[in-house]
Amino acid sequence: MELEYKVEGGDFTQAGYASSQVKKVLKQLGINPIVIKRVVVALYEAEVNIVAHAYRGVITAFLNEDGIRLVLDDEGPGIPDIDQAMVKGYSTASKEVREMGFGAGMGLPNIKDNADEFDIVSEVGKGTRLNIFIKYI
Amino acid sequence: MTVKEVVEKMGLTVFSGEKGLDKEVLGGYTSDLLSDVMGHAKEGQIWVSLQTHKNVMAVAGLKDLAAIVLVKGLKPEEDTIAVSNEEGVPVLGTTEQCFEFTGKLYALINN
Repeated sequence: MELEYKVEGGDFTQAGYASSQVKKVLKQLGINPIVIKRVVVALYEAEVNIVAHAYRGVITAFLNEDGIRLVLDDEGPGIPDIDQAMVKGYSTASKEVREMGFGAGMGLPNIKDNADEFDIVSEVGKGTRLNIFIKYI
Repeated sequence: MTVKEVVEKMGLTVFSGEKGLDKEVLGGYTSDLLSDVMGHAKEGQIWVSLQTHKNVMAVAGLKDLAAIVLVKGLKPEEDTIAVSNEEGVPVLGTTEQCFEFTGKLYALINN
């Protein structure tokens, strides 16, 4: 099964919609709640990153036999230094985004902590692709 | 202890999400950083915060939190109330500040 959601950059009123839809489907399918919790944290952080940093993006969730693969493709500024972006506490979020309680530099580390596989491919000036895999248990 | 019992014992205002008042409270988490709550709060906890915007509801719903308590007399925004009612996650309020309220809630839950 494959689920696809479009995400608009800058639109915080819709942030979390895709995550909540995926959560509903996983619940309906009777996926282990521990797995759902991990998917929810990783996907929400990745979704918010598109809203906070990119112009637009597409989230695709592949429900495979052994686990869930989440692919988040965005058109945006890209990440110049991925290693630095992965450091806890490092953030390039705007003042407005920080005032909402986002942009504390915890998003990417949260994704890493909850994923069995996680990689980022990014091109400055074009966009970023996150590839996350979470195994069923 | 249910959310309703916490409301009664601590004299909280119920802004919205009344249908979630019977949920069981398993603990509490105090933070204003959404990613911190996303990463570390646990199902059934009451979230104490001063963030009033709609995104707190997304986090609370995704994490299956029992309720949100806004401190210092803060009130939820209108779209926050709408989501709270839809999802049945109560938004509550206290005039106390974070430190005092968290201390009292900790004592209540752990006694």
